[in-house]
Amino acid sequence: MSTFLARVDITLKPTVNDPQGLTIRGALHSLGFKEVQSVRAGKYMEIRVEAATPEEAEARVTEMCRKLLANPVIEDYRFEIEEAK
Amino acid sequence: MAPLRFAVVVFPGTWSDHDCQYSLAAVAGQDARLVWHRETDLSAYDCVVLPGGFSYGDYLRTGAIARFSPVMEAVVRHAEAGKPVIGICNGFQVLCEAHLLPGALLRNESLQYRCQWVHLRVENTATPFTNLCEPGQVLRIPISHGEGRYFADAQTLDALEAQGRVAFRYCAPDGTVTPAANPNGSERNIAGIVNEIGNVLGMMPHPERACEPLMGGEDGLLLWRSAVEWAQVRA
Repeated sequence: MSTFLARVDITLKPTVNDPQGLTIRGALHSLGFKEVQSVRAGKYMEIRVEAATPEEAEARVTEMCRKLLANPVIEDYRFEIEEAK
Repeated sequence: MAPLRFAVVVFPGTWSDHDCQYSLAAVAGQDARLVWHRETDLSAYDCVVLPGGFSYGDYLRTGAIARFSPVMEAVVRHAEAGKPVIGICNGFQVLCEAHLLPGALLRNESLQYRCQWVHLRVENTATPFTNLCEPGQVLRIPISHGEGRYFADAQTLDALEAQGRVAFRYCAPDGTVTPAANPNGSERNIAGIVNEIGNVLGMMPHPERACEPLMGGEDGLLLWRSAVEWAQVRA
């Protein structure tokens, strides 16, 4: 068995209004970052998992995302997996 | 008729459990018990209440972790048997996460926690909790939430409307549905919905906090009285 590190990003679907992102954009504008066109806020998680292969780790993390970590009504998820040191 | 048996489910972080129990028992004269979330059998109860609060600290998403509590399998069985279930505030969020109701509750558009009285137009009077209301009746009931913006995709919203499953809408005191009366940015001013067969109701406002003149209003009592009426008609 090896240990893998999954870096999971959870973001609101494009169709979901994100008032938090809009507020952050407003703050950036008022700080002079006029070039900011849009901000979408999300969640980031690091998950260490034990698995025999990267494929197995990927399958398990996918299941975690589907079952608990993301709500498919409002959110999308994506992740990268690497073998942990 | 014997008092109805209400199970008021308590998750770690629930805060409106005692208010629900008080309004059901002391005010409405029913039998209301607090039921810890580890309970797996609700067959002794007529009606299940998922009260408001911050179950599991609202971590991850509101209601996302409570939805996997042992009691939820019993809540699903209760709902599938056609018995009444009401989720209030955090309870509504749990019902959505558990897929007993469609959609999700998101951060208020204002990003502010809103604790205030609102007016609700009753859109469906055929549910176990609204059958004593008049169609279009305006109820005055408080809200208290930071994440109450009802969201579902357009197709789901159209289906809810077509099937008459919007139970309550935020409105002005005269019953008109306006953007100004919407306290959280909910799609189509939706404050409460029911499932397909109508026995599961989720709503953001707190009827248990409007059950006595001392609380500033008693319109919420209509929901508990409706539940009693609904059971009596079927007894």
